[in-house]
Amino acid sequence: MGMRRVAIVGAGMTKFVRRALETGPELAWEAASRALASCDLRLSDIDGVVLGTAPDAFDAVHMKGEYLSDGAGAWRKPYIRTYVGGGTGVFSVIQGWYHVASGVFDTCLVVCEEKMSSHIPHPQGAFITIFDHILERPLGPNLLWIFAMEMNAYMNRYGLRKEDIAYVAVKNKRNAADHPAAMLGVRDITIKDVLDSPVLAWPVQRMDVSPIADGAVAVVLAADHVARRVTDKPVWIEGVGWNVDTTYWTNRDLSYPTYLEEAARMAYRMAGIKEPRKEIHVVEPYDPFDYKELHHLEGLLLADRGKAPEDAATGRFDRDNENHPDWLPSSPSGGLLGVGNPIAAAGLMKVAEIFWQLRGEAGDRQIPGNPKRGLAQAWGDLMQIGTVVILGV
Amino acid sequence: MTMEQWVYPSVYVKEDDFREGRVLYTTWQPRLFYAWDRGTAIGRFLAELKQGRIVGRRCRRCRRVVVPPRMFCEHCFRPNDEWVPLADTGTVITFSRCYITWDMRRLEHPQIPAVIAIDGASPGVGFLHHLGEVDPEAVHIGMKVKAVWKPADQREGAITDILYFKPMTE
Repeated sequence: MGMRRVAIVGAGMTKFVRRALETGPELAWEAASRALASCDLRLSDIDGVVLGTAPDAFDAVHMKGEYLSDGAGAWRKPYIRTYVGGGTGVFSVIQGWYHVASGVFDTCLVVCEEKMSSHIPHPQGAFITIFDHILERPLGPNLLWIFAMEMNAYMNRYGLRKEDIAYVAVKNKRNAADHPAAMLGVRDITIKDVLDSPVLAWPVQRMDVSPIADGAVAVVLAADHVARRVTDKPVWIEGVGWNVDTTYWTNRDLSYPTYLEEAARMAYRMAGIKEPRKEIHVVEPYDPFDYKELHHLEGLLLADRGKAPEDAATGRFDRDNENHPDWLPSSPSGGLLGVGNPIAAAGLMKVAEIFWQLRGEAGDRQIPGNPKRGLAQAWGDLMQIGTVVILGV
Repeated sequence: MTMEQWVYPSVYVKEDDFREGRVLYTTWQPRLFYAWDRGTAIGRFLAELKQGRIVGRRCRRCRRVVVPPRMFCEHCFRPNDEWVPLADTGTVITFSRCYITWDMRRLEHPQIPAVIAIDGASPGVGFLHHLGEVDPEAVHIGMKVKAVWKPADQREGAITDILYFKPMTE
């Protein structure tokens, strides 16, 4: 396609916590400086900076991109802030990719920051404006409504059992126990714990949902010739895809994420992938809710429609179950459900996890078998955008 | 070498430290006021609600009838063509029973938000509203429902001119 190859060459992050003492710019700095240090680069080696962060309403700081810019390493550099809801963390890498693939930059620092704790008593107050201001907000909605209704539509369409869906929460919170940045890793959690947790908005219960968090993640992108100089283990961006569905969400079938299938097909095409279930070795699908991981595995064509919960129950998506005939480790990081969900940063955490897994640097979370290719995906806006990045070594 | 060395140990401020002022913070409470124009399509939709009627828009090219109405067809990307009177009945295509408010306070009686596909619109096309006069546990996808309107003299041209949808007697 006349584009340059782009690699991820470094990554760093902060621990995710419910309320961080550090400000947004401080979190951005801690993640960005670690990402640079991880590949022995200095800010002067960076040509441009991409920043991802959620709406200004979380912080009540106008021009949040500029507020965070100095911490993100943007001083006197080409800089852009990007935002596509929950899809931001993965989209920021896509935007960094086209900066470098196009030949405009040789290097790009991608930083995602989120500080959700400032809005009190709960950041849901900032989320209410996602609903249509004339037709929906007068009905007194809260954010959980739309996810509960999507989960219900998904379960009803295929006759799914809550216990199979709850397995994802158990798997991810267990996986997160081995992540040094996790806020909610729990080694001994059971399906019963999830099913017994308080009902928030049926069918969503407390432990079906990921915890809100403060945190930041950063990765460094480099063009082919720079990447090979910087590291002997470049992780190539082989495919990217993104796609948005209608904002008239009450006019579409919520049981299947068609927009995500479109985004995935775009990324598979670019990566030359014909059989994703064989060619993807590790996946980090977006999991703000347990059902979303399954919904997304189906949209990514990595599971049959309505069958992902059954697959999960067989251990297909477990991190260490290499004897499963269709083994596909999913969310080895622990995902949003376990590591935490500082929105934009959570999506970029998923990309960083694939980076570390493909380099064999994931520590106690390392999946066996030398994975060669992985996929990270995020999702957001009004349940309508899918963002996909495929990485390979 | 593992990734652990590239993780910064953020300082976790516990709820009590924050509430009891053991860390410093500054607060601000915005007071913001907006007046939103309702536009051509939603303006008409709301005016019809005030009369106790639900209307949609039809595109003659793809033949979709949509509600909430818009003056263009986003599929055909052309102006759509005509107003269509719809019924004030429909089918629950998904719902929830919500036991919390936005600030995570517990509700004793759940709210029952639902997407209702409106009779006369294309299949699966409708809008968000509440269900009422129903046992929360009896609500199911596929349930037929009918709008319960505010008294005519209290309607103001708002989505809340419909109080809620209730099950149709079978």
